[in-house]
Amino acid sequence: MAGKTIVVTSGKGGVGKTTSTANIGTALAMHDKKVCLIDADIGLRNLDVVMGLENRIVYDIVDVVENNCRMEQAMIRDKRYDGLFLLPAAQTRDKTSVTPYQMKELIEKLKEDMDYVIVDSPAGIEQGFKNAISGADRAVIITTPEVSAVRDADRIIGLLEAEGIHKPEVVINRIRVDMVEKGDMMGIEDMIEILAIELLGIVPEDEGIVVSTNRGEPIALNDKSKAGQAYRNIARRIMGEDLPIMKLEKEGFLSRFKKLVGLS
Amino acid sequence: MLVYPKQGGIKIDILKWLGFKSKEDKSSKNVAKERLQFVLVQDRIKLTSDEMASMKKELIEVLTKYIDVDSRKIEMDVKREDDMTALVANFPLKGSR
Repeated sequence: MAGKTIVVTSGKGGVGKTTSTANIGTALAMHDKKVCLIDADIGLRNLDVVMGLENRIVYDIVDVVENNCRMEQAMIRDKRYDGLFLLPAAQTRDKTSVTPYQMKELIEKLKEDMDYVIVDSPAGIEQGFKNAISGADRAVIITTPEVSAVRDADRIIGLLEAEGIHKPEVVINRIRVDMVEKGDMMGIEDMIEILAIELLGIVPEDEGIVVSTNRGEPIALNDKSKAGQAYRNIARRIMGEDLPIMKLEKEGFLSRFKKLVGLS
Repeated sequence: MLVYPKQGGIKIDILKWLGFKSKEDKSSKNVAKERLQFVLVQDRIKLTSDEMASMKKELIEVLTKYIDVDSRKIEMDVKREDDMTALVANFPLKGSR
């Protein structure tokens, strides 16, 4: 089973890379896919807490690279899905503990018995980023409707192209329909026009994200949440399904918003 | 470089000149969009706004040697299309519509 490696990256910090990685991975596992999440943010480990797996860590990615343990020993099985694993980052080391070559080798090996390997990239464009993208077949760029996040996303698109990772796709996170409707937030159409990139999905701003992170339970597990639905849709698109982009309109504003996001 | 006419450009300019501003023009999202487009041009082609301005000036000089360009209405943009980044310039001709 030769799986695909997807890097989740953004340039800017705090736009939701880790949350997105956890949720996309969980949603893929819900479809019985075998998935391994890699936390590539060495020194600032976080994917473990978002997944609620922080108490189970014994070994980490640096231990694997340095041959202190076997890969299977470092891989933590998810609480909810048997096919979902986490390879945690080291917390007391830094980005230079792993080289892009080592990362690529590790991913190649991991891919052999996974459907998807999803790499959570650190913020920035330095070595941690370079490690995260080495070995990636696809890239998902997370951004938010803010000038700074979009600018960084654009820079990342250029860097990915330069590294031979073509046609990255974007997830627009934290959209607030009320603000888009008032003209106080860039809409989906605006951002796609500026970035000239394929849209993989949109995720509405959702207070439930905070609650789910508090509990260490990805929101994709919550079938009442819009953000959860958004991540489940993204996972289905990753699996190749042609799914329309979620509509975020409020009652009565339907036609106006449709026009704004270019759906009609 | 591509030089092509853009439809509807003049109509918008006249409305602006008459002082008409649509609601969208004032919204902060359009301010964000404009600022982004400006900063991304610089990021993508690594030119400062001064260099961009002097390139524009030189291009106008060259073009006006051969054709009658309306220098007030020139638009230049750096766009990413599929696998390439292109400098797209729009040089409207004087008296044309």
